[in-house]
Amino acid sequence: MVKLKIKDVEFSYGSVQVLKAVSIELAASEMLGVVGPNGAGKSTLLRCIDRILKPQRGDILLDGRDIKEMHLVELARKIGYIPQSASQVFPATVFDTVLMGRRPHLGWRSSEKDTETVLETLQLLNIEEFAMRDINELSGGQQQKVFIARALTQEPDVLLLDEPTSNLDIRHQLEVMDIIKNIVKEKQISAIMAIHDLNLASRYADRIVMMNSGKIFSTGNPVSVLTPDNIKHVYGVEVKVNDHDVRPYIVPIRPV
Amino acid sequence: MKMTSSTETISGTEKIAEIKELYKKFIGRKILFILFSLILIFIIAGVAATLGSYPITVIEVYSIIGHGLFQSVETTEEIVVWNLRLPRILMGILAGIGLAIAGTMMQGILRNPLASPFTLGIASGAGFGAALAILLGAGIIAGETGKYLIIGNAFVFSLIPTFVILGLTRYKRATPETMILAGIAMLYIFNAATTLLMYFSEAEAVKAAYFWMVGSLGKASWDAILPVSIVLAGCVPLLMWKSWDVNVMGAGDETAKSLGVNVERTRIAILVIASLMSAGIICFTGTIGFIGLVAPHMCRMVIGGDNRFLIPASGFFGAALLLGADTIARTIIAPVILPVGVITAFMGGPVFLYLRMRKRREYW
Repeated sequence: MVKLKIKDVEFSYGSVQVLKAVSIELAASEMLGVVGPNGAGKSTLLRCIDRILKPQRGDILLDGRDIKEMHLVELARKIGYIPQSASQVFPATVFDTVLMGRRPHLGWRSSEKDTETVLETLQLLNIEEFAMRDINELSGGQQQKVFIARALTQEPDVLLLDEPTSNLDIRHQLEVMDIIKNIVKEKQISAIMAIHDLNLASRYADRIVMMNSGKIFSTGNPVSVLTPDNIKHVYGVEVKVNDHDVRPYIVPIRPV
Repeated sequence: MKMTSSTETISGTEKIAEIKELYKKFIGRKILFILFSLILIFIIAGVAATLGSYPITVIEVYSIIGHGLFQSVETTEEIVVWNLRLPRILMGILAGIGLAIAGTMMQGILRNPLASPFTLGIASGAGFGAALAILLGAGIIAGETGKYLIIGNAFVFSLIPTFVILGLTRYKRATPETMILAGIAMLYIFNAATTLLMYFSEAEAVKAAYFWMVGSLGKASWDAILPVSIVLAGCVPLLMWKSWDVNVMGAGDETAKSLGVNVERTRIAILVIASLMSAGIICFTGTIGFIGLVAPHMCRMVIGGDNRFLIPASGFFGAALLLGADTIARTIIAPVILPVGVITAFMGGPVFLYLRMRKRREYW
């Protein structure tokens, strides 16, 4: 079943075209990895899907409905977005940050039910001990978990993750990816993550989209996309791919 | 195996109960601070009403106030309290509330600790408007007409920076950077224009214009209290209503958009409301600095950044601060009354620096 359908989406920053006729389909409860070199348009694509940016052309359909015609709050109940890093200037506790995820569901006041949802989510991600700490006092990995918690309290159908592991150490990378993987399976959420680490993409994504200069270069399962030829063409790097059946492991050799 | 999992659940629920308790305490502390600030206003107002060149005791003041509510004022004491001290005190409270809340919201929507009615050019616009009216002759027009000309001119010109910022956002996206830089540019332009105006004017008029600009509560009268109250009553509830959205915008534009906030529109709407409120105050008082910048920061240090609580807290605390500063300004070298803007800066500056140094956490 198609959850999200992206059809011929084009986006430009001024005269620089960043997305060129991008079309992707996302199934329910699917985890899609978007890979590609810097400037390939991964983050821009995610922002277009959540209407943070407005594409100049093309359509994005969620459950068959055009997101352009949906109210912002309605969209916020269906799509959760997880940014790369914090940009909180003023103090905010972890609890209040996660409570923001209830914004699409509540008015001026928060109810007892919202408090419960926040606490459950904090527990799910095992960060309840930080509840009353300031978000800026946490490490990158802890912050990332807080953002995931915030997006989950939105109770969305689709999660968008912008390089969820880019600032994390190897342990937090695995923890965060495992959490996302579990949530996708348990809550039947679909996820799209822009990710730099090809091996993490290979290990966790059901399907991979490889982008290059705003266009989709290749789509398919990790084995069919993460080939030495594709990587050489898109990244300009010679690699050796150790085939572990469905999850290829990429060892970079040299730039070409 | 079963044992472990059940003990885990128990400790889990305990932990949750503990967090709930902590969260309740945190909210309790915020409410307590708001009440404390409110009581502080009453105490300072009570003291301020007794101080001055005409000696009146606290009890007398309150009986005069009670008396005057029902009957017209007649004796000298009654006139001093009702026509001089009360309007001044009320104006101090209203101006403190308005400027502090305007500053809180401007900082919030622009995610910038330096944002205030000053840095967005509102005060400079008002200063130019008043100077223009005074220097081009309104000062000469005797009595009420001249006074209203100055107030009206100050009000109109103080809104120009905001409209310029709004105009810019039609061509460029309404990002915090665009807006704050535009505000600072307007500040410089209006300050230069005022300087130029003064450079070619008579000494007496320059003095009058300069006195207007330092800002004081001395111009307060019952005629001024009413319009300022109306402006506050109109603007503050709107800002309170949007406080949750401003919280969300504090997490960044992208996050706020993903949570369903129309970021650009909210930012513009709040800027307009906060500017209108500042303009409505500054045109009566002149440019009282520092309250709008510092009161929000002081309150954030105590109760955190949740705007739902920060708006009332910094409003009341700002009022107490301004009223306290004015009381000092009236008494420190009496019978000379210093402009309150000078005291807020002299008093607020060091206190603010001290709080900033003492705070171990790194945030604004």
